[in-house]
Amino acid sequence: MGAFTPFSALAGGALIGLAAAMLLLLNGRIAGASGILAGALERPSGDTSWRLFFLAGLVIGTGSWFALTGGPAIAFDTSLPGLVTAGLLTGIGTRVGAGCTSGHGVCGIARVSPRSLVATGTFIATGMATVFVTRHIIGG
Amino acid sequence: MLRNLTALGAGVLFGLGLAVSQMVDPMKVKAFLDVAGAWDPSLILVMASAVAISFVAFRLAARRTHPVFADAFALPTRRDIDARLIGGSAVFGIGWGIAGFCPAPALSSLVYGRTDSLAFVAAMIAGLAVAPLLVRRAQQPVLSATPG
Repeated sequence: MGAFTPFSALAGGALIGLAAAMLLLLNGRIAGASGILAGALERPSGDTSWRLFFLAGLVIGTGSWFALTGGPAIAFDTSLPGLVTAGLLTGIGTRVGAGCTSGHGVCGIARVSPRSLVATGTFIATGMATVFVTRHIIGG
Repeated sequence: MLRNLTALGAGVLFGLGLAVSQMVDPMKVKAFLDVAGAWDPSLILVMASAVAISFVAFRLAARRTHPVFADAFALPTRRDIDARLIGGSAVFGIGWGIAGFCPAPALSSLVYGRTDSLAFVAAMIAGLAVAPLLVRRAQQPVLSATPG
């Protein structure tokens, strides 16, 4: 852990950027995962199918890479109640804050949206503070 | 149908990017958030190259009247910074820090078939569903104060 992987990070980021560019220029949509998922859950629906295709693509993309290369390995250090709490906070927070790492952090910053710049700074700050508390104060 | 296929293609590219960059691994993300530990700045480079390409795409989009396969661009228009934006983002960051998962990697990690991913995603969907109710409740005093 702690291994800096600059080349795969840049390459993976480029693929994510291409995905956002494709969804924007072809479909006119923002590639924000939480917004796409929230919209897919809306009832009555009318704009659901492309969202489901995008979400299926996420799984297929990661699965294809894993099938081809056997990686990356994933690991967890969070208990089941911890994961459920984190999932709830992530769902509530991204809905109330209107975006997540992809919607605000990638697309919003690329649009130079002041809202997204503030949102991204905020969730990175509380994310770092949370890891500091869980790893170095409670866990340490 | 065409729009579904392009959405699928974009999703596949996105999922590939999360795998290549290892952002699908919660421990890799936590290593970025752990500034007091063995800090791994990789996530910054993932965001940097994704933002650089998206930035060009938004410039190209600004020159067009509509996207290739739709009548109009569906883009956010708000520019105001309010308590909901900051509060929601702060809460999301706490969840992100606890698990090392944000929405896209959590969803794409479902392909690993791990209970951990499934538990997070199920709770995240519940959170997305209840959030509008929580906001409505919080706003109720304001609404009832207006004459009507």
